[in-house]
Amino acid sequence: MTRALTILQAITEALDQKMAEDERVLLLGEDIATNGGVFRATDGLLDKYGAKRVVDTPLAESGIIGSAIGLALNGMIPVAEIQFLAFIFPGLEQLVAHAARMRSRTRGQFGVPLVIRTPYGAGIRGPELHSESVEAFFAHTPGLKVVVPSNPYDAKGLLVSAMEDPDPVVFLEPTRIYRAFRADVPEPLYRVPLGQAQVVREGEDLSIFAWGAMLRVALKAAEQMEQEKGWRCEVIDLRTLYPLDRDAIVSSVQKTGRAMVVHEAHRTAGLGAEIISLINDEALLYLRAPVKRITGFDVPVPLFSVEDEYLPTESRIKQGIAETILF
Amino acid sequence: MMVENQKALYLTFMKAHTKRDEEEFVQILRPDGQLTSAVNGLIDKDTMVRMYEWMTLVRAVDRKCINLQRQGRLGTYAPFEGQEAAQVGSALALSPMDWLFPTYRDHAAAMVHGQPLSQILLYWMGRLEGLTCPPDRRILPPCVPIATHLLHAVGTAWASSLRDEAVASIAYFGDGATSEGDFHEALNFAGVFKLPVIFLCQNNGYAISVPFERQSASRTIAQRAAAYDIHGVRIDGNDVFAVYLAVKEARERAVAGHGPTLIEAVTFRYGAHTTADDPHRYRKQEEVSAAWRARDPIARLRIHLEQTDLWDADREQSWQAEVGRRIEEAVALVEAMPKANALDMFEHVYAQTPWTIALQRQQLAEESTGGVRG
Ligand SMILES: Cc1ncc(C[n+]2csc(CCOP(=O)(O)OP(=O)(O)O)c2C)c(N)n1
Repeated sequence: MTRALTILQAITEALDQKMAEDERVLLLGEDIATNGGVFRATDGLLDKYGAKRVVDTPLAESGIIGSAIGLALNGMIPVAEIQFLAFIFPGLEQLVAHAARMRSRTRGQFGVPLVIRTPYGAGIRGPELHSESVEAFFAHTPGLKVVVPSNPYDAKGLLVSAMEDPDPVVFLEPTRIYRAFRADVPEPLYRVPLGQAQVVREGEDLSIFAWGAMLRVALKAAEQMEQEKGWRCEVIDLRTLYPLDRDAIVSSVQKTGRAMVVHEAHRTAGLGAEIISLINDEALLYLRAPVKRITGFDVPVPLFSVEDEYLPTESRIKQGIAETILF
Repeated sequence: MMVENQKALYLTFMKAHTKRDEEEFVQILRPDGQLTSAVNGLIDKDTMVRMYEWMTLVRAVDRKCINLQRQGRLGTYAPFEGQEAAQVGSALALSPMDWLFPTYRDHAAAMVHGQPLSQILLYWMGRLEGLTCPPDRRILPPCVPIATHLLHAVGTAWASSLRDEAVASIAYFGDGATSEGDFHEALNFAGVFKLPVIFLCQNNGYAISVPFERQSASRTIAQRAAAYDIHGVRIDGNDVFAVYLAVKEARERAVAGHGPTLIEAVTFRYGAHTTADDPHRYRKQEEVSAAWRARDPIARLRIHLEQTDLWDADREQSWQAEVGRRIEEAVALVEAMPKANALDMFEHVYAQTPWTIALQRQQLAEESTGGVRG
């Protein structure tokens, strides 16, 4: 049976079903138990699984991630919620210096099967530091996997896979589309494998790589360009940012001969650069135009009165498509 | 300049009151408007009236902001109603050049210390212009990442002490903040270097939904001072006299080179954590709020002022009219401003703009003037 769920509801369902199935799964974070999370992602789970498995922690991200490492070392599967992505910074020491390195520095003896879920991204008129998109920090850290769903089906399936992964996974939830739309989600537990991109729109003229909230913006731009100019853009949802789906990226570029990366993160040293580098390595001679980046700017995400101008827009993407195709 | 025996007065007064073991906290002005001890020579009559005027003004501002948010004229807003004494009393005890590090809930303190209301409104309207303070003040923008700014206050205090300036630094934070590592690092640094810093914790009982009992196994926040061997005091945070005197004393200690003070001001936010929060999910909102309203910071001062002939119904009426006028003026001022300019986001990222940002600024400028290329 399938139901139309939001991304948020799909996430709650994934947590719920995994907790029912596996007693080792435990949720911890700020305001996640009684309050059900500030976005209600864990709503109802305290009543169902009790205060030992759905835990309101003290307000300390280093404490949350550090103790989750210990829980994971000792047989639990902790799923930590960081209230907003920027508030992970006090816990970066634990994440980068320990969670990411545990397997390597114990030569495989100890692992950290930990999931860190956190809302991320702009577009919700949030206060300062509620709109960051620093996925590149994590993709740059050996030992971490980075996953970003862009629709309810993937949100559930990817989160289940993340909870079953033996390594630490940073699971970024695009706040802007948490409740923006509904889509069919099967009721039984299912998995969407990590490390696999998905072609969400086929095309021959240009490959657009995007993830999270930008996926829908890119998709709309692609649809409009087909209507207006007849150009058919392929749109690929990367879904996992580390490790990247090399085959999906390369084979699409080999087919279209043109590529664009759309991300709301800052441009410099963003994942766009990494993807372009991969294309250079694997498909340079197929390219008919320089690879385009449509990104957020190299400025702190501004207060909300001008955040719409910070974010990549359909018109900015359409202009980039035109520049690349007419190059 | 403060006369020497005046300083001594603050010290002995606070000392006498802190020693009362039977008390949970220092309280001078009781909820019924009576004093637990005389404050002659410590708080003059003008200051008492100013306390009342500020507290009523900021309460009206807070309510106005909630209304503006509901009408879509302000973004998500963090109200402070109930915490007026803690913020007004503390800021009134400062000197104009003292450094002030507020959180998102401390705009009342910022206002008392010299931040114009129009700036506060702009900030909550999501305008970049709202991030600055007047050039003759040292008020940082509201700190959003919990507890991180305590260390900045440690640093400014450190510089003041290196230069032997009679300047203090004050950091405002909540009970939840005391769980972060930065809180402990700040107390420890300040203790080691004996810095002129005041850590003002408004313990309003909740960090969003988490009550203090589940935030920590410590019974009080003030007791944390003992671990770092710095001065700590727990006060009735709804008692503006206790707050004022505790901060006065802490400031004297600070500028005299005797080191930092941790003040735990016990208080309560009547409303939601922010306009995006629903307190009914985690507490019996009406019951708890009503219980705290019986200990309201403004009501008790009003009784005291009326009983000492410093205030009456006529004054109240004309003051409320003045409050309304000031608020409407500020709202009109900010709403008459031109629309936010997106290009402002490229300014001030660095002292000198690197080529990356310059190029991106140019691209956005061309886009917004309709110059579509390609
Ligand atoms: C480092 C960090 N973690 C989490 C948050 C999200 N958050 C915002 S306010 C808040 C509760 C703060 O409680 P407290 O320190 O008691 O201050 P209050 O809001 O009650 O004034 C939380 C968890 C944050 N802003 N920064």
